[in-house]
Parts: sequence; C-alpha cells; structure tokens
Amino acid sequence: MAEVSLVGLTKSYGTNRALADVSMTIPDGAFVVLLGPTGAGKTTTLRLIAGLDRPDAGDIRIAGAPVTADTPAQRDVAMVFQQYSLYPHLTVRENLAFPLRSPVLNWPEAEITRKVGEVAEVLRIAHKLDNKATQLSGGEMQRVSIGRALVRNPRIYLMDEPLSSLDAKLRADLRIELKRIHAELGATFLYVTHDQIEAMTMATHVGVLDAGRLVQFGTPREIYENPVSAYVASRLGQPRINLLPADAFGPAPAGAVQIGLRPEHVRIGEGQPATVRRVERLGDQTRLHLTMGPHEIVTLTDPHTALAAGAQISIRPDTPLWFDASGNRT
Amino acid sequence: MSAYSITEPTRRSKWVAALLVTLYTVITLLPLVWIISTGFKSGQDSISYPPKVVFQPSLEGYVNLFTTRTRVSSDEFGNLPPPATWYDEIVRDQGMVIAGPSRFGERFLNSVIIGFGSTFLSIVLGTLAAYAFSRFKVPLKDDLLFFILSTRMMPPIAVAIPIFLMYRSLGLSDTHLGMILLYTAVNISLAVWLLKGFIDEIPREYEEAALIDGYTRFQAFRKVVLPQAATGIASTAIFCLIFAWNEYAFAVLLTSGTAQTAPPFIPTIIGVGGQDWPAVAAGATIFLLPVMIFTILLRKHLLRGITFGAVRK
Ligand SMILES: Nc1ncnc2c1ncn2[C@@H]1O[C@H](COP(=O)(O)OP(=O)(O)OP(=O)(O)O)[C@@H](O)[C@H]1O
Ligand SMILES: [Mg+2]
Repeated sequence: MAEVSLVGLTKSYGTNRALADVSMTIPDGAFVVLLGPTGAGKTTTLRLIAGLDRPDAGDIRIAGAPVTADTPAQRDVAMVFQQYSLYPHLTVRENLAFPLRSPVLNWPEAEITRKVGEVAEVLRIAHKLDNKATQLSGGEMQRVSIGRALVRNPRIYLMDEPLSSLDAKLRADLRIELKRIHAELGATFLYVTHDQIEAMTMATHVGVLDAGRLVQFGTPREIYENPVSAYVASRLGQPRINLLPADAFGPAPAGAVQIGLRPEHVRIGEGQPATVRRVERLGDQTRLHLTMGPHEIVTLTDPHTALAAGAQISIRPDTPLWFDASGNRT
Repeated sequence: MSAYSITEPTRRSKWVAALLVTLYTVITLLPLVWIISTGFKSGQDSISYPPKVVFQPSLEGYVNLFTTRTRVSSDEFGNLPPPATWYDEIVRDQGMVIAGPSRFGERFLNSVIIGFGSTFLSIVLGTLAAYAFSRFKVPLKDDLLFFILSTRMMPPIAVAIPIFLMYRSLGLSDTHLGMILLYTAVNISLAVWLLKGFIDEIPREYEEAALIDGYTRFQAFRKVVLPQAATGIASTAIFCLIFAWNEYAFAVLLTSGTAQTAPPFIPTIIGVGGQDWPAVAAGATIFLLPVMIFTILLRKHLLRGITFGAVRK
C-alpha cells in the first residue's frame, strides 16, 4: 500500500543501456502493467524497485521516502521472478512458508500452516504441497512462485510474467484471482506481461517501454485509443494495428507519413476496393485478411459473415491514427 | 533415478561395459585385498612363497601394531605367570612379552585431527571465498583467482626448505596447528576453484528471492546457497581430506614428536623387531578406514559432484 515514484532511472549493464531516464509515478493501489518487447527493460525496472540492482542514476521513492539505499528486505516488496525462484531443495510447502519464516516476519507455525493452506487453495496447488519443488510442471512452479509472493502482505507486488506458462483456462482463472486479491488488499502491483488480455483487463495503468525508455504511461484505454506513437499503437490490440502509407486512402493531413488503422477503424461497404484473401474463424472473433492494391489489411467481421476468400469489397478508414516520419502521432 | 539419455545402450554394449568395470574394479581392489589379508596373517604366512591365499587368520599384526614388545631369555620366559589376556597370549606365542603400548594410536589420532581439521578449514574458507568470487565485484578478480591457482603450479614440496625455516622460527614445527595451516594452504586453491564452479551454477535468483523475502545476505547464503552447494562441498571435502590424510613428505619433514601423523609412522614399524609385515599391513588397513567411511557417507553427493553438474536431475 504505497505510491511508487521512479525519477530519471538509468541503468546500464556494461555498455548495454537497459534503462534510460525512466520516470513514472505509480499511484497507491494501482495495478501497473509494463509492456514492451523482449529486452526493453521490464525486468530491469522491477529489479531496481526491488533493490536487487542499484540504478546508475535516478531515484526510487516508496510512499514518499527514498529507498535507493535500502536493502530488498527493508523495502517490503514481494517479487515473482520470470524464472528460477523456487528453492529446489525444499518442498512446495516449505517454499511457500519460506517468506513467513524470515527474520522480519517470523510467524508462529500455526499461522504459517493456515496461510500456506489458504494460498495453495487459491492457486490450486494444495495437492502438491509435499512435492519437492523440482517435481512440478512449469505451470505448477509458476503458481508456487506466485504463492510465495501472496503469502506475505507487502506494500508492493512485483510480478514478472507470472502467468506465462499456464494453460488458457488456468490463466483466465488466475487473472481473475489476482485481480480480486489486488482489489482486496489494495496493494500496489507492477506486472509484466506480453499478454494483451491481461494488460487490458487487469491494469489500471499501462507503461510501455521501448529499448529502455518509457514511451507512454496511462490507462489501458488511453494507451489503446490515444497512443503517442506507432510503436505504442502496435503494442496493444489483437489483431495488430494496420500501418499503411498515409496516402493509401487518398489525401492525408500535413506531416503524416503513416496511417494507423485498428481493425475496428476499417469500415466495410464503401471506399477503396479490396480483395478478401482469407477468412480466419477464431471462435470469438472472425478475422478478414484483405489486400488493397499492394497493402495487406486485417480487420474483424461478423462471426456469421458470408464473405469467403476471393470476395471483392470496399473499405474506408474511420477515425484513423496518423503518424509522422519518426512514428509519432501528428 | 530415471534414464538420462534418449538412446538406451544396447544389450551388448552394456555387457562390454559391465565386463570392463568389473575388470577395472578387480585390478584396483587387488592391492587393497592384499594389504587387508596380510594384516590378518602370521609373520610366517606373510612372507611365504608362493603367497598363501588361504591361511589361518591371526590378530598378531594388529596386536603388534598397538604394542611394543621385548624378547626375554628362555629361563625367565618359563617363570612368567600365564598370559592374562588374549593379546598377551599372542605376543607370548612369538616368544616375547608386551613392554607397553605403541605410539600408533597417538599418530592415528594426530592424522584425524590434522586431516579433518585442515579439511574443515579449507572448506569453510574456500566456500566463503568462492561465494565472494562468484557473486561480488571483487577488484582484480581474475588476477586473484589466477594467483590462487598458481600456488598449485609447482609441487608443494618444492618450497619445503623455506617452510621448514619459517615454521621453525614461528614455533609451528611439530604442532597440530602448523600442520593444519600447511595442509589448508595447499588445499585452499583447489577448494576455491572447485567450489566457485559449483556456486556459479546456482542461479542468483534463488538468493535474490530470499533477500526480497526478508532474509539478510548471510542468511540467504546459509539457507539457500549452502544446501544447494552441498554436493560440491562434499566432493571438495573428499579431495581435501585425501590430500591431507595421505601427505607424507611434509609430515616427515615437519613432525617428529607431538604432531606426527600416521603416514611417516607406519614405515617405522618395519624396524621394530624384524620385518613385521602383518603389523605394517594392519596399520595401513586401519589408516584406510576414515577416508573410506567419509567417502561412503558422502557418496550420495559424490556422483553428482565429481561429474561437475553434468548429471542433473
Ligand atoms: N545481468 C545482466 N547483465 C547484462 N545485461 C543485462 C543483464 N540483465 C539485463 N541485461 C540487458 O538489459 C536489457 C534489458 O533487459 P530486461 O531483462 O530488463 O528485459 P525484459 O524487458 O525483461 O525482456 P524479456 O521480455 O525478454 O524478459 C537487455 O538488453 C538485456 O540484455
Ligand atoms: Mg524480463
């Protein structure tokens, strides 16, 4: 339960700049999702907040107090690592109890047993409590890692792709479970994911990182509807935003070099002729792959559409996004 | 344990492997069998030619090992009271009487103190140093590691004279502490290098998780790193113990009275009352036991340790 502010955080590993001048203020109780391609600096951001690495420059404040000189234990955060964080020499039960037995908490055994049981129930691993940590599947290990964070009640939860190796159903269930825990505890969450749905449904705020820089920070809606650049626009949205030369549909505003069309920005029925190449029925959505002259466009359509490959249709843009030569919004 | 390889070896290659392993075992065990059996032979049997494979077992060697004996004239011999104990009787059968205990027990105890003491010290210091080299930014790390290794680039005995002089002026000659320090100094480079390899293999995330969970670095080291390094520590300890246990040259040079270990003592048995091979063999047999027991106790860790992490669960 704390506001976190990052001010001008910079971190290099050797000559490799992992984070460059990242500033953001995470309100108390926010659920921040960090997005960005691999190597963008998401894990680095979490490690700096946790105190596992020291920033080269910049400041980290938790609840208003600078913590840069504090040890990880003093910062009172919990972290779910991207990989390897279960102690292989301990059982699942001992792994879950480990944080509660630490000198800072040192709970009585009865309390530990109760809490471990409760968290194991939530994460559906109660039947594996007596397994060695090495005798688990990838998804089970991941759930135990989450559990190690959930047994405590820290000010900040840092989670690095915690649901990445779970099956779709479990992922959906745990997404809801985490969201419930977030609402219940009111703790601040920083959450890294590559998953669109997780980002959109769980986040109160989204931070988009690109090569160590924070390019946009805002609500998921803002990021989706009002991206500052073509890069940010392509981070969110399934299918991805279509980026075409600005003049693909005729005259463009001054300075615009690219037009960005989300699937819902493509109006079917009038405008430029296009050919249906493929109809992709995914169950919950039906995608149309179109070619319009030299350009390829993906859009969504009614699940019961009669359109088939080869069909000729007309399309026009509806409230598109315009980007300039360096990819920024005009 | 389950199979690690996708391709199960064929029946024939398994047979060949079994044959080779058996052959090798027989060859390496033969000297051991010889020593152990000689320890239970009588003086006569021990030098008979061709060697006796089947013989009347006797504890003469062991009794002689632990005692000093004197020969008495035949008139006196007749006047002696009947032997009081079974070992008195064995000595009488050789035409002698027990004069007192030998120093073997003491020497053996010295070996235990010095061998295990230096192993313990090497492991403690080696683990801490290896952890620091593995995890922290140590200035001149590579040079320091090379320097540590370079102490093994010549045979230790090459510096025997300086060490002898140094020990004499420091008053460390013929002391337990001196021998423990010496063997530790020789073993520590091996310990640091081996253990650094093992600790390097333990992902940092484990300790980092513990740090975040509210443990101090030292507690994280103890609760997370040490248990996972157990395999490496066990195999390193065995290497260190074997060196310190068997070391002969420095022991001859630097010890004579209080701190003499078993290796320089065993050959001196030969001189006492003729060539007493059964006693020598008995001494060697007892001398073998601690390392053997130590290795057997740690063998669970050893397989994974000696293959340097190549076999992983
Ligand atoms: N310990 C390290 N030593 C050297 N370089 C590192 C280290 N950790 C991270 N980096 C580099 O810093 C950059 C950012 O890494 P980071 O782990 O933060 O990426 P990420 O956004 O978490 O990526 P992913 O989605 O793949 O997990 C990368 O270029 C990476 O190679
Ligand atoms: Mg990462």
